[in-house]
Amino acid sequence: MKLIEREQALALRRGFRLQWEPRQDCHVLLYPEGMITLNASAGWVLELLDGQRSVALIIDRLVQRFPGVPGLDEDVLAFLEVARAKYWIE
Amino acid sequence: MPNTGSNEPRPGPPLWLLAELTYRCPLQCPYCSNPLDFAQQGEELTTEEWIRVFREARAMGAAQLGFSGGEPLVRQDLAVLIEAARGMGYYTNLITSGIGLTEQKVRDFKRAGLDHIQISFQAADEAVNNLLAGSRKAFAQKLAMAQAVKAQGYPMVLNFVTHRHNIDQIAEIIELCLALQADFVELATCQFYGWAELNRAGLLPTREQLQRAERITQVYRQRLEAEGHPCKLIFVTPDYYEERPKTCMNGWANLFLDITPDGTALPCHSARQLPVSFPNVREHSIEHIWNDAFGFNRFRGTAWMKEPCRSCDEKHQDLGGCRCQAYMLTGNAANADPVCSKSPHHGVILQARQEAQAAGQGMVQLTLRNEKASRLIFRG
Repeated sequence: MKLIEREQALALRRGFRLQWEPRQDCHVLLYPEGMITLNASAGWVLELLDGQRSVALIIDRLVQRFPGVPGLDEDVLAFLEVARAKYWIE
Repeated sequence: MPNTGSNEPRPGPPLWLLAELTYRCPLQCPYCSNPLDFAQQGEELTTEEWIRVFREARAMGAAQLGFSGGEPLVRQDLAVLIEAARGMGYYTNLITSGIGLTEQKVRDFKRAGLDHIQISFQAADEAVNNLLAGSRKAFAQKLAMAQAVKAQGYPMVLNFVTHRHNIDQIAEIIELCLALQADFVELATCQFYGWAELNRAGLLPTREQLQRAERITQVYRQRLEAEGHPCKLIFVTPDYYEERPKTCMNGWANLFLDITPDGTALPCHSARQLPVSFPNVREHSIEHIWNDAFGFNRFRGTAWMKEPCRSCDEKHQDLGGCRCQAYMLTGNAANADPVCSKSPHHGVILQARQEAQAAGQGMVQLTLRNEKASRLIFRG
């Protein structure tokens, strides 16, 4: 698996849409004929991807939002690697 | 998804809404999943009725919406329906043969908010494709439209229904899909419902054909993975070669809601043939239909099961398989799906496999799906 670079800017893959679903009480990732139910932290990370912000900036935002969470940056990088390997993001 | 057994007060949401807008279609595919008696169904829902259905299902939690048919492009109000559905927050999928599509429509639908277009092909070979589709111009039109879909920035799924007459061309099919830059490729071995069941002897591939196709697909998957290529190949096997049934629709009325052209609500495309009465959206709300209608609760959970399912330790995995298949092949929808080797009716599956091993029917002997054939089959 390729490592995520902190200065990279990532976006959802074309045709993929992140959306809050009240009836499921969670974020979902919608794509052609499919839907991935996301846990809360996956939703927080993906909603910050806009193709402009760098991964480092996204981590900063999350650290500000959840101060004192140990290993947050490593968790974000690991999640983004998985998401990219699954072709959810590019 | 929560298991909606008899102790559960309410089923989970109908996450997937399939809108079969019309049974009209310019093609005549002999494996169409539409009912054999489609020519005798009632009047199509109006634009306003469809939009009400979308709103009510969205409020229930539906997030994926498929526009299907028949050929949904036949509906002149398609762009209006797309715009309304997208505005409600649906992920909107157009499931089409590509016949009737134009570059202008591809652009108009994009503007209306359409998220994705799936184009179905009959074969990678022009002559076979056109023979199966019952149309001389189908193939060239599909190629042009697949290119237009990508040019407009849509994600694209290409769907090939495979069977004994095209499955040996699986490599050519995959190559064509890659050349057209498909994001997802569905290699769906024919499922035997509707017209496909009528033509089963002429469609079911042999086990050897199927194994070869799976092997080749696997080689392509490995190659794509090594290249970091995002295209995903989805191979759907026909359950006739399995020893355990599929968990059909992920469970009866569990997450899938199908609305047919005349407004009849079904838990799957082919349930209409069952001796179960199903509600119509012209008479009931989606909430009532999903939660309370008898037809939707008929096979939820496991309480309805007979032996050998009732005492089976695998019953929560496959939920007894497919109710329609049980009905078609055993005469009783509450029986175990005969695909299961524990079913006392499993012999019908073994016999179908043997028939596939024999020469089988040629393509020209298949009954094409059209109004004339539909009326002939249901003369009553």
